[in-house]
Amino acid sequence: MLASIATFALTGVDSREVTVEVDVRRGLPAFTVVGLPDTGVREARERVRAALLNSGLEFPLQRITANLAPASMRKAGTGFDLALAVGVLVASGQVPAGAPDRTAVCGELSLGGVLRPVRGALAGALGARAAGYERLVVAVENAEEAALAGGLEVLPVPSLTRLVGLLRGRWRPDPPATRPATQPGSSPLPDLADVRGQQDAKRALEIAAAGGHNLLMVGPPGAGKTMTARRLPGILPPPSFDEALEITRIRGAAGLGDGRLARERPFRAPHHTTSPQGLVGGGPVPRPGEITLAHRGVLFLDEIAEFSRAALESLRQPLEDGVVEIIRGQRSLAFPSRAMLVAACNPCPCARGAADCRCNEVDRLRYARRLSGPLLDRIDLICEVQPPPAAELVARVGAAERSAAVRDRVVAARERQARRLAGDEALCNGHMDGRATRRHAVLGARGTERLLGSVEAGTLTGRGHDRVLRLARTIADLAGRERIVAGDVEEALGYRLVSPVEIAA
Amino acid sequence: MTGACDACLRRGYLVGRLAARIAAMLDRPGKRVGALLSLPEEELVEAVADRSAGDPAALLRGFEAARARAEMADRQVRALCRHDGRYPPQLLQLQDAPAVLFVSGAGDLGLLAHDSSVAVVGTRRPSPYGREVAQDLGRGLGAAGVPVVSGLALGIDAEVHRGCLAADGLAVAVLACGPDVAYPRTNRRLYERVREHGLVVSELPPGQRPYRWSFPARNRIMAGLARITVVVEAADPSGSLITTQFATQLGRAVGAVPGQVTSRVAAGTNNLLKDGAAVVTGPEDLLDELFGSQSDEGRAARTRAAAGAIDDPVQLRLLEAVEASLGIDGICAHAGVPVREARAGLSRLERSGHVRRDPLGGYRRTAVPC
Repeated sequence: MLASIATFALTGVDSREVTVEVDVRRGLPAFTVVGLPDTGVREARERVRAALLNSGLEFPLQRITANLAPASMRKAGTGFDLALAVGVLVASGQVPAGAPDRTAVCGELSLGGVLRPVRGALAGALGARAAGYERLVVAVENAEEAALAGGLEVLPVPSLTRLVGLLRGRWRPDPPATRPATQPGSSPLPDLADVRGQQDAKRALEIAAAGGHNLLMVGPPGAGKTMTARRLPGILPPPSFDEALEITRIRGAAGLGDGRLARERPFRAPHHTTSPQGLVGGGPVPRPGEITLAHRGVLFLDEIAEFSRAALESLRQPLEDGVVEIIRGQRSLAFPSRAMLVAACNPCPCARGAADCRCNEVDRLRYARRLSGPLLDRIDLICEVQPPPAAELVARVGAAERSAAVRDRVVAARERQARRLAGDEALCNGHMDGRATRRHAVLGARGTERLLGSVEAGTLTGRGHDRVLRLARTIADLAGRERIVAGDVEEALGYRLVSPVEIAA
Repeated sequence: MTGACDACLRRGYLVGRLAARIAAMLDRPGKRVGALLSLPEEELVEAVADRSAGDPAALLRGFEAARARAEMADRQVRALCRHDGRYPPQLLQLQDAPAVLFVSGAGDLGLLAHDSSVAVVGTRRPSPYGREVAQDLGRGLGAAGVPVVSGLALGIDAEVHRGCLAADGLAVAVLACGPDVAYPRTNRRLYERVREHGLVVSELPPGQRPYRWSFPARNRIMAGLARITVVVEAADPSGSLITTQFATQLGRAVGAVPGQVTSRVAAGTNNLLKDGAAVVTGPEDLLDELFGSQSDEGRAARTRAAAGAIDDPVQLRLLEAVEASLGIDGICAHAGVPVREARAGLSRLERSGHVRRDPLGGYRRTAVPC
């Protein structure tokens, strides 16, 4: 007899429908799986056999052939266990043939017949919903995440025995328990108020958050660059529901989630030894890289000068396009990668700080040049992070502004931008191209004079010009002004990046 | 329009045409460029000509003054020969004074004959300190109205010119190539600015590339033009020290800026000081040397040097803080302003040339606090 069961396999951060066809007929007992299974999938045979037998079910001593369709796609992982088991049960007549109607199943099996969770439950559920399934059977641990998809009934099933009960119409699971999503107020995110001093870095962080500008932090080791950067997700606007879903889906696909809806934006800080593949994703079975894990959030590159040139180069396109394309054989995968970049580095190669620095100008220039190039072109803003003076360290706790207050200003500035940029490609000032910048960042006479003055004084090149305009636009937005005033331009000039090329000229 | 007679012009072009041969000649040991350049034309040709180069006399005959003048007009280069009244008389003290100076730029030709110009030179790889002092000297002297002579090289020379231009001073760049050639390429924007506001001078005719010998030759012209030659930072040995040797031979004053004793680029200057060079710690020292500390002229020059001072108290506090190399937060605390105003204020100081940005964001002072 033939059975056909739907399941969803994770490909990258999305899922793809796979139909598991199981044929059971007379012949020498054998269990064959075809349809480009990898070792993990082939091992499913042993798990399915043991799980069925240990659940008091029958494993037919007949010729079993399973096909994973589409047969041309490579299958990896353990998520096919449940579909195979159900297929065997249906094909051997142990459960009614029409029972899993409009139902997809997803899960790994233990030898004892217990259902184990798989990665990417939300991606699977979203796929199932899109494909028109009404029910999805998952392990209990996956239920909450899968239920976030909405629009289909998620059936949390603890074991194969229970599943048989369900299919025979003798048992109904409770709907998945939904724990309240973590609220922003009670969020475990670190607060900006914990950071002592660092006025410059805090201001730069606020501007960066408000305009979606990429940021470079410069300071000696131990000054608090990482600590400050970690506060960025807390001042970015909370993700919208769709964004939260995207974040949760990617987390789940990478096996990082806790099953709840993400209420905060991710913060990823890969080590500088991370390979290009680790940053943008890839591998024989393509997995999302750090930039995708930071999607809708923050990618923090500490010691950016220590990253390999190839690694930095690989980030350029994804940062620009918001998507990583990975091509494997005949198919290509798209990983979303719309993240803010925060980079950090030492002020000079000796990393000793201004007072005891022993580097000469050439050393410094060489160090700065190492950072330069394509990636630095994507950075609008540079700020300083200095170890705070002792007086700041003992200052009263709570004297500094809290993240929530900064976030309110950021949200207001973003709303202002959204109104202005409605219909444009860019969502925030940091994403405006040259043309949009010129249209939306119009300077008054005095601002223009300041900017031109700097161009003439040789401290600003044409390329730097647009960046300063974008920054000035954001600074005015933060102040709630449509008009960009001279002071905004001057502040923007203060935060701009001076490329080593400009210095040499 | 051109202040050069045909004979001198021919001499100038001859040096240009022989430049490559002079270079080949000087690769042999024991030859000095000064000895060559002081030879009369026939002997010069004789000295550097090699047998394979054909008839040396043809080189002398092949010169057409009209064509040279047309080419010069084309490239906006003027010439000044020693028979012109505006030719700097102090240069004639050189045994091998160039017969003709090729000049490019909008400045007044009479500027070269100014009797109190100062040459400021130094290493191509200065420390931040050296850069700061160099720009400081350029700015102070420029503001005081003293012509500032340097070589447009990377490092100290460039900073000197920058400082001088920032103060709207009289900038004179002496090149080791034709005056219409922006060398080194990195400094081409600076070259253009010197040409717009000052003078670019060379003994080589238009279009000539620099040779190894033409750098020390250029140094003798800088020393010859200036009443004082100052070295900001120089290793030992170095081209800058060659300039001071020329200055000493001419009996001109030599000054040096004291440097860190552990710094390689201060070895040359510190040795100069040991040998009796004047200690230079700022433009005032040079103005005192030029005009005397008591004279009216000296006082006026010092006042002019201090002009361009900042009157805004906040700006002044910002500048002090930058000078003390405080970080941005320290700068805010010192000036008593929020960080946004500090950043904006620093941008204004950067625009006015008082501070400079590091490639990685830090600020450095470039001017005298007044």
